[in-house]
Amino acid sequence: MKFIDYLSSSAMPIIILLIVFYGVLEKNKVFDNFLIGAKEGLEMVVKIFPTLVGLFVAIGSLRTSGIIDLLINFIKPILIILKIPSEIMPLAMLRPISGSASMAVATDIMKKFGVDSKIGLITSTIMGSTETTLYTISIYTGSVGIKKTRFVLCAALTADIVSVIVSVFIWNILEF
Amino acid sequence: MLNFLWPIFISVSFIYAFLTGNIDKVNNSIFESTKSAVELSINLIGTMCFWNGIMEIATKTSIIDKLTKGLQPLITFLFPEIEKENRVNKEISLNIIANILGLGNAATPTGLKVMKSLQNENKNKEKISNSMIMFIVINTASLQLIPTTVIAIRSSMASSNPTKILIPVWIATVCAAATAVIITKIFTKRSS
Repeated sequence: MKFIDYLSSSAMPIIILLIVFYGVLEKNKVFDNFLIGAKEGLEMVVKIFPTLVGLFVAIGSLRTSGIIDLLINFIKPILIILKIPSEIMPLAMLRPISGSASMAVATDIMKKFGVDSKIGLITSTIMGSTETTLYTISIYTGSVGIKKTRFVLCAALTADIVSVIVSVFIWNILEF
Repeated sequence: MLNFLWPIFISVSFIYAFLTGNIDKVNNSIFESTKSAVELSINLIGTMCFWNGIMEIATKTSIIDKLTKGLQPLITFLFPEIEKENRVNKEISLNIIANILGLGNAATPTGLKVMKSLQNENKNKEKISNSMIMFIVINTASLQLIPTTVIAIRSSMASSNPTKILIPVWIATVCAAATAVIITKIFTKRSS
């Protein structure tokens, strides 16, 4: 387990080191390039901010009103069989639909249970290993006028379910 | 999508709160939530700026080109219907690299370009082709090497180790991607 932690914490520095090293080796203006990218990063956050405010309020209301608990109680029997903690269900349901909504839910869950708790770690892992599947499919197929999408939705959503199950499974082993 | 979902979220939770007498809690949560959105965004700025800066350095080097070439054998395996000389091969690998490196600004445009090129090869313009399905499931598998946003959220919430999730994320991603590829391979074989 220590090894996994070590690998996890050294991956990012290694990648950064390699990239900077490469940039210098090819005689690029490394810091100028860094600034161009960093500015874009700032713009990205500014652009997403209004969306986040809107969705944080919506997700916060859903939780405090108690309606999420009501819905979760309906599917609880299935979750117990699959050993999936019911707390992550709001995330699993919203993740394929909207990136910012799932960001709001994930933050909400981690705030409630603790970012380093088992639930928090599972939530982070699901967020990191899944995509906004429905959104991607509709943009990609819509852009070229595809109407018959055959089994693409089924395949992509099955992959998402696998992500959720594996995320839960891993943290069940690592954080018993 | 959100034009449809957001009003539902708001109205369902407000009405339910009225009915169950939770409306004061919901009222408080409105201000709490806007505050968390601000806190998260402020904390996101740092990580997003830094990571985007690093990625811009990478984009300006020949790393992307080299990785794109290294991916060719995999592309040939995943997309057997595309001829080797076709330049869509390069577009696909460029998109996969953009996804892996988390170049959000590059991933979607290159993806749309690939879809357009694949549509040119497609015989029935209304029906999705096998290559398109493979391409889409790879894109929805979230092949990101460093899940920057999650790590930024974790660090903004004062996690003791924000990158602790990295290896588990990789394992989950690989399992999901493999599942998607296998399903696609099986189904396309059956339907052809």
